Amino acid sequence: MCGIAGVIHRDGTADIGAELTAMLQAMKHRGPDSTGYAVYGPADDLVVIRFVLAEPNHSTGFGMEERLARNRMEVEARLAKIGAEVATVTNDTGYAFRATVRYSGELKPLADYLEDVPGCEVLSLGSSLEIIKDMGDASTVSEQYGLGSFRGTHGVGHVRMATESEVDLASAHPYWAYPFADVAVVHNGQLTNYHQWRRRLEQSGHRFQSECDSEIIAVYLAEKMSGGLSLETSMKDSLDDLDGVFTYVCVTGNELGIAKDEMAAKPLVLFESDELVAVATEEVSIRTLVKREVETRDPYEREVLVWQV
Amino acid sequence: MAGVGSRSGVSYDARGLVEPHAEMPDNIEVDGGRARFDAADLTIRQINMALRKLIYNDGIVDVTVLNPSSKHSLAVGILKRCRIHFEGSPGWFACGLIDGPEVTINGRVGWSLGENMMSGVVVVERGGGSLTGAAIRGGDLIVKGDVGARTGIDQKGGTIIVMGDVGINTGFMMQRGRQIICGNAGANLGDSMYDGQIYVAGRVSSLGVDCVPGEWTDADAELIERKFRVHGLGKPPQFEKFVCGKQLHNYDSLEPSERKLVI
Repeated sequence: MCGIAGVIHRDGTADIGAELTAMLQAMKHRGPDSTGYAVYGPADDLVVIRFVLAEPNHSTGFGMEERLARNRMEVEARLAKIGAEVATVTNDTGYAFRATVRYSGELKPLADYLEDVPGCEVLSLGSSLEIIKDMGDASTVSEQYGLGSFRGTHGVGHVRMATESEVDLASAHPYWAYPFADVAVVHNGQLTNYHQWRRRLEQSGHRFQSECDSEIIAVYLAEKMSGGLSLETSMKDSLDDLDGVFTYVCVTGNELGIAKDEMAAKPLVLFESDELVAVATEEVSIRTLVKREVETRDPYEREVLVWQV
Repeated sequence: MAGVGSRSGVSYDARGLVEPHAEMPDNIEVDGGRARFDAADLTIRQINMALRKLIYNDGIVDVTVLNPSSKHSLAVGILKRCRIHFEGSPGWFACGLIDGPEVTINGRVGWSLGENMMSGVVVVERGGGSLTGAAIRGGDLIVKGDVGARTGIDQKGGTIIVMGDVGINTGFMMQRGRQIICGNAGANLGDSMYDGQIYVAGRVSSLGVDCVPGEWTDADAELIERKFRVHGLGKPPQFEKFVCGKQLHNYDSLEPSERKLVI
């Protein structure tokens, strides 16, 4: 059991960090193990890289501080070597970093080169996407990463109750669609043809950060879109290609879409107005955003809906 | 940790469990046999405590709850005749296991409305989520908007009336009772049902395993007209009736104990 939430502002930027935190905290009962955000700030010329150099569970201990400092220097050296001009590197925790760089090359070699550094995992890459995830509930993670002041146009979040994989960062959502910029997914459910799709996508050259079935959706969609399909068409195709019970939300630089499997087994509630679209596993989450009686609905089976910023 | 997440009216203890907050709310207005209180800033436990105290201990027969704010598990397990009005939308599992109350909800509801309800009436002015009326044993459950998937799954009695559409697998494994659907029905209607009747006025996407069209009788028309009249739902539309084909489950075999007697 997990909880997912998404919000898209059609009329400009808003405090989406604080909004998503309130939405996710209201669903803490659906998953207290880890919390994650994929938030979109205003796009600019810089590439934003969110990366970690250790799992939070293993980020302390003998010699760890020196190792993290050494690996951070190695990441910065590699960025310079691959032609990325570093503008800023900030450190939210001892192990999680945010870098902005001037870089016009391919993202895949950049991600691969960085992930060659011991312990390094690139959480997100793009011109506006930032993925933040860690252990604990939404308030804890938001405070840890200063998300309360994050302004942007749209985003998604996830609270996780670990059922089939570890309580660790690699298994926490959202998932970035490596190596495609600005695409992320949160998912509630189980995919039963995970191994089949993982083998297929690995043979196409993709790598996976985790053993979590949800990561398949992100990479699957990104591959479809890189072949020229729209987000909506890619999501509709996924209803035939992915087996299992699932509701997921996919976000790109300018879109947010939801998809529900053919059994409608996993919940989702939708609120839509001229200014705002909000989706969540439970209405109690949306009510943190819109503090009045609102017209909401549960999308039906095999429904795919996409909204633009 | 008390107070964490209090923006949503829900808070948690250090283990991540819902904080009990067992204090009785102090904003209840009582007028004779009636009472009302605002639930906007109350926890689930406080709302249910107030309802139970008013109905069981204080002899109140008519309670109005303002601003339920989509909180879960409200008015569950009330086993006494009374009237409860929700001014707003409760969340999941509202009115489960009730036996006797007449409930009106001036909003919409989340998943599992009236689950295992035994008797009474629940009327929802707008729509509902999935699993509406799951496993109900008796009573009337009326939703005036659309509802989600698996409406009346495992239904064992009572009547579910939906004025709008229903989703996939409606009536899945229903065993007794009636469903009156005024809108369209999603795929697999009545899948693996054992018994009972499903009436649909709109389009049926597909019938489930062992669900077949049934023969319309005067008793069906009388039942629907009576239910619509009693609940003030206007003139009923034309319905098609669906029942169990009785081919899937082994209806003709005697129970082992009965077989033993025959032998």
